[in-house]
Amino acid sequence: MTTPALDVRELAYAYPDGRQVLFGLDLTIHDGERVAVLGPNGAGKTTLVLHLNGILSGGHGSVTVGGLPVEREHLLEIRRRVGIVFQDPDDQLFMPTVAEDVAFGPTNLGLDREAVAERVTEALAAVGLAAERDRPPHHLSFGQRRRVAVATVLAMRPEILVLDEPTSNLDPASRRELAEILESLSLPTLIVTHDLPYAWQLCPRSVLLDDGVVVADRPTTELLADEELLRAHRLELPFGFDPRVQPVRP
Amino acid sequence: MSSSRSDGLYRPGTSPIHRLPAHVKVVAALGFVIAVVSTPGRAWWAFAAYAGALVLVTAMAALAPRFVARGLVIELPFVVFALLLPLLAGGEQVEVLGLSLSRSGLADAATLLAKATLGIWTSMLLAGTTRPQELVAGLQRLRLPRLMVEILSFMVRYLDVVADDLRRMRIARDSRAFSARGPRHWGVLASTAGALFVRSYERGERVHLAMLSRGYAGRLVLHGDRPGSRREWATAAVLLAFGIAVAITARVAT
Repeated sequence: MTTPALDVRELAYAYPDGRQVLFGLDLTIHDGERVAVLGPNGAGKTTLVLHLNGILSGGHGSVTVGGLPVEREHLLEIRRRVGIVFQDPDDQLFMPTVAEDVAFGPTNLGLDREAVAERVTEALAAVGLAAERDRPPHHLSFGQRRRVAVATVLAMRPEILVLDEPTSNLDPASRRELAEILESLSLPTLIVTHDLPYAWQLCPRSVLLDDGVVVADRPTTELLADEELLRAHRLELPFGFDPRVQPVRP
Repeated sequence: MSSSRSDGLYRPGTSPIHRLPAHVKVVAALGFVIAVVSTPGRAWWAFAAYAGALVLVTAMAALAPRFVARGLVIELPFVVFALLLPLLAGGEQVEVLGLSLSRSGLADAATLLAKATLGIWTSMLLAGTTRPQELVAGLQRLRLPRLMVEILSFMVRYLDVVADDLRRMRIARDSRAFSARGPRHWGVLASTAGALFVRSYERGERVHLAMLSRGYAGRLVLHGDRPGSRREWATAAVLLAFGIAVAITARVAT
């Protein structure tokens, strides 16, 4: 078997104030897989995300990305490999212009000017925002800002993409545009979301997290069809949505 | 959300003044203000000459007089102080409208007002023709310490976001029938300010996390403005040289 893109083993973590959030979590993602991480508020989803690139560490268990353990000595390489798109694009975009913001990551990686410029052009083209490169991020629409946030991590040529609540606050068109972008990328992707139809649309596999452990890991259609399981973990399908009778994707 | 409030006082335009690189304008404006401030008091012709130069620059930048006048509002505290001077200062007295005023107090007040007005006018010209981001980049080019440039840059970026936070909090507060009518409500205003501080602080932490996630290791590379051409420096030098010449002449003459 090949090295998994992401391998989380028995991860347990308590915050410094003593509140324990993760209790021995296991998760393996292989190349080319898109996986949804579902779970109610407080299940430990964000804590898991912050472990994937070593922002949080020091608990029990291990995280490896493409065979490289998340440890202090290769933190920079880990952060290149794991591209995290945070929930609020305003948290992620802070440079004066879109292009400079996208250049931030590659510059931190120590690339030279030309290489950085190439990455910026490539990443902005991938999210369809090449024309907005010189605008200040706060002049863009919310949906555009989210796409720039995706570009800022694509510019680091990550080996796995992690999105935290990518559809929150997006209008339907922006939501669809983002889905198209994510589908066009052939990166292993982890989508943390409450948006169950989105998980169903984009991710063949879903992982249900609650109380700091994985309680289910199944094909998305099957997981979403298990009403009892969803109810037990405070997840609900939108009214009228039935994963079993949805038309097959085009 | 995406209003242009973050552009501050900037008025879009394509005038020669707009097109000058930010750092060139900063040098010219700062030098000119220093010349104004160092001009001895009561050199009325000098103040008139400065004002003439500024009228010319305002016209070149195609800025509306009303725009400049709006900026002068922050001068009000000085105006109050200036109005008090003739009443409080001693020395020779003159009668104006039945009031006994100090002649030297009047002159000092007029000098104070003239200098303040010229200084604010110059700042308004700089702010009106330069985007805040360009200003930050210009300061970087002028070798302002990196940390200060970074702080300024974050401020420019997040001013809008924090203002939006405040606006949303105010709307939410007012939607529950709140209106600040007196000292009884100061507590609510104080907690709004406190909540805004905590939110901004937490956002700061999230921004930092997001930066770390992209490999931030304590060095922010801001791509500065282009360097000024010789011609552009020369344009700026005209204003600067004029200011210095007037200041020196006024000093020698008195």
